[in-house]
Amino acid sequence: MSTLAIDKTGPTRKVKLRSMSRDRTWALRWSYFFLVLFAIFFLIPPVYMLITSLKSSAEISAATNPWWVFHPTLSNYVELLTSNQFLRFFWNSSMISIVVVIVTMLISIPAAFALARMKFWGSATLATGVFLTYLIPDSLLFIPLFKMLAVVQDFTGITLLNRWYVLVFIYPTLTVPFCTWIMIGYFASIPKELDEAALIDGASWLQTLTRIFIPVALPGLIAATIFAFTVSWAQFLYPLVFTTSIDQLVLPVGITTTLIKGDVFNWGQIMTGALLGAAPPLVIYAFLMDYYIAGLTAGATKG
Amino acid sequence: MADVVVEQGRLARAASPRKRTSLRNAMGRKSTVAFFLTLPLILLIALLVLYPAFYSVYLATLNKAMTKFVGLSNFTFLFKRETFWMVVRQSCIFAITAVVFKALIGFIVAHFVHNIPGKKQRKWRGMLLVPWVIPPAMSTLAWLWLFDPSYSAFNYTLSFFGIGPIPWLGDTFWARFSVILVNVWYGAPFFLIMYLAALKSVPDQLYEAAAIDGANWWQKIWHITLPMMRNIIAITTLFSLIVTFANFDIVRILTSGGPLDRTHLFATWAFQVGIQSSDIPLGACVSLFMVPILAVAAVFILRDVNKRGNEA
Repeated sequence: MSTLAIDKTGPTRKVKLRSMSRDRTWALRWSYFFLVLFAIFFLIPPVYMLITSLKSSAEISAATNPWWVFHPTLSNYVELLTSNQFLRFFWNSSMISIVVVIVTMLISIPAAFALARMKFWGSATLATGVFLTYLIPDSLLFIPLFKMLAVVQDFTGITLLNRWYVLVFIYPTLTVPFCTWIMIGYFASIPKELDEAALIDGASWLQTLTRIFIPVALPGLIAATIFAFTVSWAQFLYPLVFTTSIDQLVLPVGITTTLIKGDVFNWGQIMTGALLGAAPPLVIYAFLMDYYIAGLTAGATKG
Repeated sequence: MADVVVEQGRLARAASPRKRTSLRNAMGRKSTVAFFLTLPLILLIALLVLYPAFYSVYLATLNKAMTKFVGLSNFTFLFKRETFWMVVRQSCIFAITAVVFKALIGFIVAHFVHNIPGKKQRKWRGMLLVPWVIPPAMSTLAWLWLFDPSYSAFNYTLSFFGIGPIPWLGDTFWARFSVILVNVWYGAPFFLIMYLAALKSVPDQLYEAAAIDGANWWQKIWHITLPMMRNIIAITTLFSLIVTFANFDIVRILTSGGPLDRTHLFATWAFQVGIQSSDIPLGACVSLFMVPILAVAAVFILRDVNKRGNEA
């Protein structure tokens, strides 16, 4: 009706524009409405972690409104951050993740360089194989790996099971294939003229790698580093299977096994621990979101 | 140009015989260098991925004490157990339902994010990706607390709408619902990001042309968006299918397979049988049943990835 009325007074073109822009405003409003709904769904658990972590045990068991903190307290944080056990988990997780990132980079950068630039016998097969390895899940390999470690331990006398450092050898199986795969993509996108020029100037392969490939593909390198770190930080199955003593546990396993004592759940501390455990990846994500997303999408878009 | 320069360099070097041998050495060195550069990768994959994979086939043919070869009797034993068929069914229900909902939610939310002005997209994308960033073991603990039988925050909220307390993890149906819900929550942002990247790569002219031809929004999605995104949808879905099918963390923390083994997946049941009840051969046997579906998905992914590589 109203469109008709306007139709008489104004030029047709203007009307069309206005109705289109009105459609667009409504589409925008609906988009925001649904985005808010989905954002609530996506953010409930982390927000609830934060709410619970600020409550005392008394307030939690008083069964007041769970979505509000009436007497905020930092006692859960103080208790966890002064407990040697929790700091030990944090230390184990950090050590493992940092070493795994270094090992991953040392293995995958040279391999990706060779696979992207030096065509040798079987290089295409190897690249495909690397991608396939990435698709093999941890839940397929934990039993044979457990048995393998036990056999090696019996054979050599080196304690492997129930030691955090063994995870440093196991985690690269999860990180190296993907990192190699995305680094191949990044390296292959570097123009050939660049390294040919370097070769003509008399640079060795190693120099080409360190002086040209690594600096040029630095965004990819950062994305791969973030991926390796978050994967090793979040890994739950392998440490659950391979480590049992309290001083050898990593953060995810430590929180789930030690803070739950029998049937007694100290939820304030569990949520605090979970939030602190989620903090490092969240901080990295907050500062390096673009690299994080680049790493996420690179797996499928850089083929 | 570059090629010519290289030719000249080679010619110049090849001039004296001494240089020629060094050139041959260089050629030899190139494949040697390549070999040494990829050696750590090959060793890692061979020793810690391929060998365990075959070792688990061997383990699956031993008896419980791992002292003698029993052939396929572990497999026939599993076929006769009711729990095994329950696990097979639950794994399929879990993986398919979760992937479908993840894909749908990801697709819908990606459109909403794509609709809003460019500057604000970053902020929303950042917020919506949070579930994917938190380690799943940690966020599942928060869900466990949200589902708590006596202090459930969900039941508290629902009670205002007159909906009675729901036994989130105590009842078979609701426990299955809950593990799928948590998995969808965790995995949907991955689809969102992949679809958003794909949406951005669809040229605007196509939509403009369709708008001129009078296409409605549904026709635009069906005839432009979906065909343009087909490849990325296929890769993402197959990849997510593998990860979801092999999922461990969520079910382990949320229900440990309960109530009465009704939510067990292959991974959690293999863990319970192989590690907790220390029947390693049977556990290996259970986890091997994941291989067929993983292999099929992997073949299709590889085909799509290669196709994509050729298009580019």
